[in-house]
Amino acid sequence: MSEGIRPICMPKWGLSMKEGKVAGWLVDEGDALAPGDEVIDIETEKISSAVEAADAGVLRRHVAQEGDVLPVGGLLGIVADEGVADGDIDAFVTDFQANFVPPEDDDEDSGPATETVEVAGRNIRYLTKGEGGTPAILIHGFGGDLNNWLFNHDALAARRVVHALDLPGHGSSAKDVGDGSVGFFADIVTGFADALGIEQAHLVGHSMGGAIALAVARAAPARVASITLIGSAGLGSDIDGDYLEGFIAAERRKDLKPHVEKLFSDPALVTRQLVNDLLAFKRIDGVTAALGTIREAFAPGGAQAEVMRDVAGSVPTLVIWGAGDRIIPASHADGLPDGVDCTVLDSQGHMVQMEAATEVNRLIDERLG
Amino acid sequence: MARTATYQQAINEALAQEMERDETVIVMGEDVAGGLGTDGERDAWGGPLGITKGLYGKYGDRVMDTPISESAFIGAAVGAATAGLRPVAELMFIDFMGVCFDQIFNQAAKFRYMFGGKAETPVVIRTMYGAGLRAAAQHSQCLYPVFTHIPGLKVVTPATPYDAKGLLIQAIRDNDPVIFCEHKALYTLEGDVPEEPYALPFGEANIVREGDDVSIVTLGRMVHVATEAADALSGDGIECEVVDLRTTSPMDEDTILETVENTGRLVVLDEAHPRCNMATDIAAMVCEKAFDSLKGPIKQVTAPHTPVPFADTLEDLYIPDAAAVQKAVKAVMESSK
Repeated sequence: MSEGIRPICMPKWGLSMKEGKVAGWLVDEGDALAPGDEVIDIETEKISSAVEAADAGVLRRHVAQEGDVLPVGGLLGIVADEGVADGDIDAFVTDFQANFVPPEDDDEDSGPATETVEVAGRNIRYLTKGEGGTPAILIHGFGGDLNNWLFNHDALAARRVVHALDLPGHGSSAKDVGDGSVGFFADIVTGFADALGIEQAHLVGHSMGGAIALAVARAAPARVASITLIGSAGLGSDIDGDYLEGFIAAERRKDLKPHVEKLFSDPALVTRQLVNDLLAFKRIDGVTAALGTIREAFAPGGAQAEVMRDVAGSVPTLVIWGAGDRIIPASHADGLPDGVDCTVLDSQGHMVQMEAATEVNRLIDERLG
Repeated sequence: MARTATYQQAINEALAQEMERDETVIVMGEDVAGGLGTDGERDAWGGPLGITKGLYGKYGDRVMDTPISESAFIGAAVGAATAGLRPVAELMFIDFMGVCFDQIFNQAAKFRYMFGGKAETPVVIRTMYGAGLRAAAQHSQCLYPVFTHIPGLKVVTPATPYDAKGLLIQAIRDNDPVIFCEHKALYTLEGDVPEEPYALPFGEANIVREGDDVSIVTLGRMVHVATEAADALSGDGIECEVVDLRTTSPMDEDTILETVENTGRLVVLDEAHPRCNMATDIAAMVCEKAFDSLKGPIKQVTAPHTPVPFADTLEDLYIPDAAAVQKAVKAVMESSK
């Protein structure tokens, strides 16, 4: 009876997500959907985003309504082909609701847990999803952590093993950042690949993580299957130095929030929880000093120290930028060497991999093959 | 931040990490090492509730058992602080503070002022407070308002394991005397606690829950009572903003005023006796500084003006609960414009 009926369920964004609130439907009952269409807005304690259609079909039923709070896996709506009878959909919904068991609060099987590996004498935290294929390594930017890939990790891991790491000085990794240079972090990424027995990997870097990917490709091209550079550093000297300085200096919620808002095209995404999580990170002993060391090496005087435009294209290279990026200008995507694929997304900001996850995931997935 | 720990473990970890970082940090109090009269090697006690367990084994003589004389060892801790150490003294129950008020009020709190800023007194006095453990009238009081009254003291009342660790680390690093108040009903509470050391600044309230209808300003154990009430009220269509003071001195007036300016309605929830407590203090401050924002009268929810009863049934009635908070919130909604 459930043939051709596909439920849309409450997603799980990040290890700590237990439930989400329906902020609103983006499509009406009866609308046709293509894969990747944004269907429904969901809010969690930490983040707001849209759930996208996995398959083509017709949105037949809004099961959850605006304002409803559902556990992860709860039934939001129904997609089915036009030919499926309403009675079958009703039966499916009744059956689903009767058998649905919300995940336990302390359910250890709710998803993969982070692991720790030692690289150059430092504990490095990472999260692995997926299996097989040429591995991909996701490298976050300045002040970020592996959660920056919340909306990308699962999608990319559908076809290959994908590791996301916390760089030294960030997340739950060790806070010793050496000289803080892009070269230091490139050695860490190479050492991370060594520690996991990875001969060759696709490197996907955001912001400073892009510069790190470029530096790995420069130092050890044989280890790099491709690089994907998102809102990337290392392709020009411009960068918003006030952002870096303000992010480091801000000690209170109110001081930090305006800086974080610069990262997004939609400032409403900067929730209180997001700012609190960043403050909790910044307040860990050694973090402020580490970020200061990185800034001095990475962007002394408010200009990027290392420009590696010639490295782009020396390995297969994909560049993705938000046209409205306020941290590193999208103009750095202009005039890159031949063979570099470049996509600039309109009305997107620096955190384009979060705000336009579907499109970014599609571009990366196609490129990685 | 995936690791969880209890409030008790968070406090122990803060002490251990600060002792590791700074050898001038010492711990002293009744039974904090092995218990008076033992050699301490067995590390049997770690204080009456085992909060300092394990520290003696790691830090030896920097963890000192003291005689049962609060006036003597609190005085010694204050003196040691002026002479260059960073003592963390454990005074078992806040109810016993009375015997060492002079050491705290007239000495520790006054040195910086009376010596023209040239003396610093980086002492922390850890103490447990609060009702709910059937400990009767002399072991259950919420005396943090008494210390909040005294200029020169900082007063901390963590509500969660995360806050307990970060605020205790800040207390130890702070160069002024800090009264660190631990609610005894929270010791087994679990929550996310980073393994690494971190310091939370004093005077920064935490907005535990956002809402636009009524602000509930509270602290300590009552934060959880307020949250329980707010969750229930949400089902009735009333959205409460819950503000946890975290520290009563310094107090984050800005956050309190901002939430009241947003909601226009205020319930202040305090486990302390109703006269001259945090509820009256906050209500007065809001009336003076944000009167025009108020849509109706402020409601205070507190314990009654009686000693904490020993009888179970009476103690349960004594402690403010979620039902009392819900009633106050609804009254504020009804009486407002």
